[in-house]
Amino acid sequence: MSQTSTPARRRPTFSWLGVVPFLLFTIAFLILPIFFLVVGSFQDSQGNPTLQNYLDLTTEQPATAYKNSIQLSLITAVIGGIFGFLIAVAVILGRLPRAIRSAVMTFSGVASNFAGVPLALAFVFTVGQLGLVTKLLADVFGYHLWRDDFFGGSFSLYSMLGLVLVYLYFQFPLMVLIVAPAIDGLRKEWREAAENMGASSFQYWRHVALPILLPSLLGSMILLFGNAFGAQATAYQLTSGTINIVPLVISAQIRGDVLHNPNLGYALAMGMVLIMAVVILIYGLLQRRSERWLRA
Amino acid sequence: MSFLTLTNIQKSFGTMVAVEDFNLSATKGEFVSFLGPSGCGKTTTLRMIAGFETPTSGTIVLDGGDITYRPPNKRNIGMVFQSYALFPNMTVAQNVGFGLRVRKRPADQIQKRVTELLELIHLPDKANQFPYQLSGGQQQRVALARALAFEPEVLLLDEPLSALDAKIRVSLRQEIRAIQRQLGITTVYVTHDQEEALSLSDRVVVMSRGRVEQIGTPFEIYNFPATRFVASFVGQLNALPATVVDAGSGRLTVGGQEIRVSARIDAPAGSAMSLALRPEMVSLGEGPEGSNRLAGTVADVDFLGAIVRMRIRLADAVIVALDVFNEPTLKLPAVGSSITISFPADGPLVMAPGSEAGSGTSAAA
Repeated sequence: MSQTSTPARRRPTFSWLGVVPFLLFTIAFLILPIFFLVVGSFQDSQGNPTLQNYLDLTTEQPATAYKNSIQLSLITAVIGGIFGFLIAVAVILGRLPRAIRSAVMTFSGVASNFAGVPLALAFVFTVGQLGLVTKLLADVFGYHLWRDDFFGGSFSLYSMLGLVLVYLYFQFPLMVLIVAPAIDGLRKEWREAAENMGASSFQYWRHVALPILLPSLLGSMILLFGNAFGAQATAYQLTSGTINIVPLVISAQIRGDVLHNPNLGYALAMGMVLIMAVVILIYGLLQRRSERWLRA
Repeated sequence: MSFLTLTNIQKSFGTMVAVEDFNLSATKGEFVSFLGPSGCGKTTTLRMIAGFETPTSGTIVLDGGDITYRPPNKRNIGMVFQSYALFPNMTVAQNVGFGLRVRKRPADQIQKRVTELLELIHLPDKANQFPYQLSGGQQQRVALARALAFEPEVLLLDEPLSALDAKIRVSLRQEIRAIQRQLGITTVYVTHDQEEALSLSDRVVVMSRGRVEQIGTPFEIYNFPATRFVASFVGQLNALPATVVDAGSGRLTVGGQEIRVSARIDAPAGSAMSLALRPEMVSLGEGPEGSNRLAGTVADVDFLGAIVRMRIRLADAVIVALDVFNEPTLKLPAVGSSITISFPADGPLVMAPGSEAGSGTSAAA
């Protein structure tokens, strides 16, 4: 008996509607701003097309801002990355009580998000010129943090060194959070297999654990770099814009000061978008490699 | 002469005793399997030999030297892990050569040994591939080569085939045995798969709840189980409730029908006993003269490929399972039909209910 078949009609599904708010939000606050940024960066103040804004990026102030921002981000990414990694290793593999791990992870979760105005003020209140720790050091130990020799110079919270110190406060906890899953992914059997074949603890870390963690480590540090590069509120609150870094220069250009040139600000922001895009791309590539290894 | 000796080994984790009073002497080149259910202490014992766990008491001696407290990286013992544990950042060749590399052997020597071992495991073309590019079976072969590369005195395998599918498991276990014979390396193999243990080993250590139940050749373990646990864990088994009629003449009743066994019975008439009877000892039909015969109805028929397993219901809800070899001319009885089954008098192992040890000499072979 022959059978006739009609293609089954697919029932319409509306589950995609759930993603609409996200799409609208993304269009309004990401796609459109980037579009206006791109367009604005190629226009002069009268709206005429120009490349001058990009040529101006090579002038002293924007170039110094990029140099300072890259320097600040690099230093805090490397120091925060290494410090955070060591803490994560100690907490996860150090056979410490579970409570300590929970406490460190909770602190990291809070501290990595504790940036901006509150963080800057917290540092002013502790190591500012009249801060609690500054006064304590002076009164109890007779050490004047802001006057005495501090790493070969006098200390100032409102300098690049001060920014590094403050940024590290949210950089290393972020590293702990990002790198913890990778360290957790190191399988006990790898260490045992290495030991079984005669490897010392050092040889295990050198030949097995560190190479496995390297993509995650570099990826995490790159993310830290991006995190510092984009931070604006902390630096602004702390230095009132006296330090020349990209986010502060952009805000100065767009908000309007003596140099007021929003279109140059757009070009600066485009440079920043580009750097962040490269950061995310490299992070993604390294993360993929690490996941492939840890999954195998 | 004993090459690997474990004497009075005990291991406790807090108040939990994982291994108790474990004694074993393995000769050089012997293949010994630890067989038992999960949590019986077999892996813990293996890990104590490897050095990853320290015994609470007892000694481990390897080739005359006490290694009980020697760190794992100073023992010269190779180990294959259940999860392969290949280093994901290294190629197959680098994995295999790792043990030699940390021993700072010259590069050409490492290269030569790696090539040799990849030939041995039939993967010479995979040298430059990474573990994630290999199948599970290939990864486990690489893990085996890696464990053998530095010429260990003992090879330990911790359920190495349990993550593989059935066909690969069978072929790989034959390969493992062939390689072990070829190299003549003393091997300790942990498994919960009785077929694997019986087919691979020179001797099997059956373990339960941290204790050794029996140590013997696969033949002894299967045919002369020393305890009720061994009898039930190794192979399929009918545990039939029986009542003693006359101990002297070996007469008992099973499901209300009288049978005779040749094993010694140490119980007075009327006592409840338990008979352990392998399904392959039971035949369809009345069997030769002198066989025990039981009448019942067919409860179900399972077609298992090479064999057909039937379950026969006797009176008092007693069920007897029996295996028949499959052949095209085999006529299978219908479920519910009446049937007679038979088994020889020397087939069953007699065990008193609740006792750990059997009468010990029941010949089922």
